[in-house]
Amino acid sequence: MTWIALKMLMGDKSKYFAIVFGVSFACFLIAEQSAIFCGVMLRTTSQIRDTHGGDIWVMNSDVRYVDDLKPISDDDLYRVRSVPGVAWAVNLYRGQGQAQLANGTYQGLILMGLDDASLTGAPTHMLVGKIGDLQIPDAILVDEAGFYQMWPGESLRTGKVIEMNQRRAVVVGVYRASQTFMTMPIIYTRFSQATLFVPPTPTGRLMPFVLAKVQPGMDSSDVAERIHDRTGLKALTNEGFMQLTMTYYLQHTGIPLNFGTTVVLAFLVGSAIAGQTFYLFTVENLKQFGTLNAMGMSDRRIVSMILIQGFVVGGIGYGVGVGLATLYGIFSQSAMPLLAFFLPWQVLAVTAVAMIFIVMMASLLSIRRVLVLEPAVVFQGGA
Amino acid sequence: MTTSIQTRKGVSCQGLTKDYGRGDARVRALRGVDLDISPGELTLLVGPSGCGKTTLISILAGTLDPTDGDVSVLGVDIKSLSKHEKAACRAKNVGFVFQQFNLLPSLTAAENVSVPLVINGYSKTKAVAHAIEVLKSVGLSERIHSLPSQLSGGQQQRVAIARALVHQPRLLVADEPTSAIDARTGHAIMELIREVALQPDRVAVAVTHDSRVYGFADRIITLEDGRVAQEKHVKPEVTNGLFAPV
Repeated sequence: MTWIALKMLMGDKSKYFAIVFGVSFACFLIAEQSAIFCGVMLRTTSQIRDTHGGDIWVMNSDVRYVDDLKPISDDDLYRVRSVPGVAWAVNLYRGQGQAQLANGTYQGLILMGLDDASLTGAPTHMLVGKIGDLQIPDAILVDEAGFYQMWPGESLRTGKVIEMNQRRAVVVGVYRASQTFMTMPIIYTRFSQATLFVPPTPTGRLMPFVLAKVQPGMDSSDVAERIHDRTGLKALTNEGFMQLTMTYYLQHTGIPLNFGTTVVLAFLVGSAIAGQTFYLFTVENLKQFGTLNAMGMSDRRIVSMILIQGFVVGGIGYGVGVGLATLYGIFSQSAMPLLAFFLPWQVLAVTAVAMIFIVMMASLLSIRRVLVLEPAVVFQGGA
Repeated sequence: MTTSIQTRKGVSCQGLTKDYGRGDARVRALRGVDLDISPGELTLLVGPSGCGKTTLISILAGTLDPTDGDVSVLGVDIKSLSKHEKAACRAKNVGFVFQQFNLLPSLTAAENVSVPLVINGYSKTKAVAHAIEVLKSVGLSERIHSLPSQLSGGQQQRVAIARALVHQPRLLVADEPTSAIDARTGHAIMELIREVALQPDRVAVAVTHDSRVYGFADRIITLEDGRVAQEKHVKPEVTNGLFAPV
C-alpha cells in the first residue's frame, strides 16, 4: 500500500515539488528565525565564552547578568582561594570605559583587566601582536571590530594610541572576539592597568569577578556551591553564568517577544503554505481515494496512505528546509558578519516538532475530507 | 455479521427507496424498486437522466446505503453490514468499471490492474505479475508499463475492465462503460463485459444510455422516475468473446 501512496504523491512532479517546497519553506523560515534568535541570545554571553581558563565565575550575590557589575572586596579573592576544591583563583576586571582618540573624538568601550601575573582569561585568537606584550606598561589589546570602529579604513597594526582616564594606552595586539550584544570595542589589559584606566569608585572596590579553577577530578558545580556556602558570593560555572545572563535578557528585554512574534509568524506563514498545498493535493486526489474506497480499500488504509504521504513530504521538506537554513547560516557568517546565527540541536528539534504539527494538521484536514466522501461519488463522473 | 458470499445467488431488491437531502430539499431518487438479477446474464439498467440508475447501481455495489427496503447481493443482506464490512465485501466480491475509467494517473497499466489484489492482501510483486497476465488477455500486452495518459480511451477502459476482473469478483458493476469511447471500441468493451457476464457464478449489471449496446444484454431494465418501468429479457445478438479471465 505504501508504494501506491508514494506513487500518487510523486506521480505529478509539479504538484509534488510544490508541496515539498511549501514544507521546506516553512521549515526554513522556522529554523532560520529561531537560529537568529538563538544567535542574538548567544551574543549576550560572548564575553563569558571568550574568557578562557577558569571554570567558575565568582561575583556579588546580586549580579543578574554579565554586564551587571557590582564590585566585590579584594579579600574575597583570598576567601575563594581558600575554599577546598579550588586549584587557583584570579581577579578579573570588567567595566565600561571611555577612550579619547588622537583626533579628539570619544569612544565608549568595554574594559577587561586580567590577572597581572597569569593573564588568565586573555583572548586566544590573536591577529596582530602577542598576548605577552600586555606586560609592557600601558599596553592594551583591541578586538578586530573595535579597531576598525576606532580607526576606520586603517589596516590592523600595533602602536595605535588612545587615552583613557587621562592615561595613555598603546595597542600592542589585535585579537578576534566573538560577536557581542553591544557594539563597543573590547579592550584587554592587566588588572592593575585597568584600575588606572577608569575613575575611582566611591567604595574603592573595582573587582567585579573572581575566576576560579577547580582541582582535577572535582565537579565544577559542587565547588561552585561550596564557594557560595563559604563566602556568600554568587558562584557559577561558565554554563551557569551564561544561563543566568540569557535568562535575564529573556525576562527583561523585548527580544523574546519581538523574535517570538517573528518565529510565530514564520510558523503561521509556513504552516499556511505547507498545509494548504498538501490539503489541496489531497483534495485534488479525492477522486482517486474515492475510487480506492469504492474498490474496497478500508478507511484505515486510506488514512495510512495520507499520513505516509504527509510524513514523506514532511521529512523531505524538513531536510531541505533545515539544510537551506544551515547553508544560509554558513554563507551569512562570511557575507554578513553582524548577522547573529546559531543553530543548536534544540532549533532542529523545535523545527521538527513544528513540521510534524503542520503535517498532522494538514493530514487531518485532508483525512476528514476523504472520510466524509461517499464511495458512490465515483459513479457520478468524478469525486 | 458474516460477509461471506454464497455462490449462484444474484441480486434482489424489494421496496428499495433512496432519498437525498432532508426536509424541503429532500429528493427521492428511488421509489420502491423491486428487482431480481440472476447470475450468468448481462443486465442493462437504462432510462432517462435522473431516473435513478446510478443510485441503484451504487446501492447494489455497496457504495451507497438505501433509505428503506431490502437489498440482497450475492446472498448477503448488505444493509446489515458495517462500513468496514461493506468495504471488505466490495474488495473481495465487486469489480467496478467507471464511466471515466478512474485509473490512478501515476500508476502504470499493470500497477492499476494490480490495485484490487493489493487491497486483498497480495504483495506488489505477485499482484503486478498477475495483473500483467490479465492485461495480456485483454490485448494490452504492449502497454503494460504505460501510464493512463499514454493510453487511448479504449485502452484505458480495457485496463479498467482488467482491473475490475483481476480479483475474479462475483459482481461486476459498470457505469456507462461505453460513453467515453468511440463506437467500435465500445463494441469490443461490451464483448469483454458480456464474456464475464456469461460465467455462471457471476452477476453483471451495467448502466448505460447507449442504445447501441442493448444488443449485448440478456435483460434490459428500464427505470423511470425512480421506479422500474419496464423489464424485458432479450436474446443477445453478440456472443463473440475476447476475454478469458485468469
